[in-house]
Amino acid sequence: MRSDRHTASPALKIAAIGGLLFLHLPILLIFAYAFTTEEKSYQWPPPGFTLKWFGVAWERPDVWQALTLSLKVGAIATAIALVLGTLAAAAVSRSKFFGREAISLLVILPIALPGIITGIALRSAFSILDIPFSMWTIILGHATFCVVVVYNNAVARFRRTSGSLIEASYDLGADGFQTFRHVILPNIATALLAGGMLAFALSFDEVIVTTFTGGQQSTLPIWMLEELIRPRQRPVTNVVAMIVVLATFLPILAAYYLTRDGDQIAGGGK
Amino acid sequence: MTPAVEFIHTSRHFGAVRAVDDVNLAVKPGEFFAMLGPSGSGKTTCLRLIAGFEQPTGGEIKIFGEPAGGVPPYRRNVNTVFQDYALFPHMSILDNVAYGLMVKGVDRQTRYREAEKALELVKLPGYGSRKPGQLSGGQRQRVALARALVNKPRVLLLDEPLGALDLKLREQMQEELKTLQRSLGITFIFVTHDQGEALSMADRVAVFNNGKIVQAGTPEEIYKRPQSRFVADFVGSSNVISPEAMQRMGGKAEWASLRPEAIRLVAEGGVPAQTLVSNFLGSTTRLSVEAEGVRLHVMLPAGERVPEPGETVRLGWNPADVHYMDGAA
Repeated sequence: MRSDRHTASPALKIAAIGGLLFLHLPILLIFAYAFTTEEKSYQWPPPGFTLKWFGVAWERPDVWQALTLSLKVGAIATAIALVLGTLAAAAVSRSKFFGREAISLLVILPIALPGIITGIALRSAFSILDIPFSMWTIILGHATFCVVVVYNNAVARFRRTSGSLIEASYDLGADGFQTFRHVILPNIATALLAGGMLAFALSFDEVIVTTFTGGQQSTLPIWMLEELIRPRQRPVTNVVAMIVVLATFLPILAAYYLTRDGDQIAGGGK
Repeated sequence: MTPAVEFIHTSRHFGAVRAVDDVNLAVKPGEFFAMLGPSGSGKTTCLRLIAGFEQPTGGEIKIFGEPAGGVPPYRRNVNTVFQDYALFPHMSILDNVAYGLMVKGVDRQTRYREAEKALELVKLPGYGSRKPGQLSGGQRQRVALARALVNKPRVLLLDEPLGALDLKLREQMQEELKTLQRSLGITFIFVTHDQGEALSMADRVAVFNNGKIVQAGTPEEIYKRPQSRFVADFVGSSNVISPEAMQRMGGKAEWASLRPEAIRLVAEGGVPAQTLVSNFLGSTTRLSVEAEGVRLHVMLPAGERVPEPGETVRLGWNPADVHYMDGAA
């Protein structure tokens, strides 16, 4: 009875479904509260449903400020990470030098360290150097872990790309820039896109490092934390939460699909 | 006549490793030149020095009389067919072949026309729209060849070009490469560890060992008159006989090589030997015998009686066919 091996017992099925529901029902709950008519507390079931909070959120300038700041920080931190992460990955995978393994470890370290350590360390460093807290200090804070994501994606792709491709390009008359544009970039593009999207998603919902490196500005997640304390127009927070879920979930989904098919393009000539 | 490629006391050392050590070499224009040697003998480094991927640490390289020192690979009129072909996986075959023209700024129409012509030259017309992943090993090799030839290089470098192909395809490609080289008149320099390939294809062969050229000459010279035991051993098909055994067989007390086809079976006199095994090769039969403690190969023409294993035979040869050489292994 071979087919029986693939059929789980009903108890296991229920447990699995229960686990998934436990993970995802709370998110649906957040969505539901975005439409509630009760604005001071979260009451279940919602006494009534309305779309007015979308309008209210649209009218609130603080929502827009937080959203633009988050988008700016995410975009610039990702851009920095794309440049630095690609360069570091190229150096580590394309050449041999003293301390290569150590550098590889040091690049990855910020994502392994608890955010609070990174946050405190950066805050002390900014204070010592007399750098005022601004959008740029938040960007620097986010770039520390965004670089790691890009680096990891790029390094994996570089390792699968045959080194003779670059030599072949030189051999056929292409200089360094042409080789980068026509050979290296197309081969690592999907890895960079995936890494960049993950980096953006990480930056977009980051709280801890932002708390330590930000001044008066609030990124979207920080704004939400503050908003939860205020017992007025609470469903606006839920509306914004829905936007955050979509803004982070879609890039991650896209990144997953982009890297899944990546194997076929980087194999080299063999 | 200016040599196509000239090595003048050229060395490439990697730390203490002398990959190429004081090599002198002149490849003539239009020549099919083979660099033959075991792995690690420096032949591939020599090829990379010509292509410009390595710079000499000593001496000089000239390409058609021009010093190549400091000239980057993309400014050399030299193209390479890589061992792993190194086709760009994200480009179509046509774009791969047209790549060299594209980076030189040749317009799309001209470069695609030239690329199509190059594909016809290597007998792959109409394959342009495919991707490298959709081709077989032999086809990829042809594309790599077309991609190099479309640039009209003055020297074509081939790094173990047939290494990844199966035997039948290899023999076919050997002939095609040879024909192609003749018709194009381009200097071909190819690196191989396969002595059969080097001897059958090249006009001249340089045998490498430990970063040095141990012998350079026509395939016939290399085969008939190996200068050292190493060359005779590596080229392989000849019998290598130690000084002691040679003396007992009535020759000089020196290392010697004796070609299998120079040995005959004689009825009387000669050197007695024990038959070990025979291999039927079609036009000939190769007999392995043991004489004076040395294992020898003897080529018997078709039609001659083949001795049974264990049978005692008598070997004879013309003393002029014995080639004495340096004992360096």
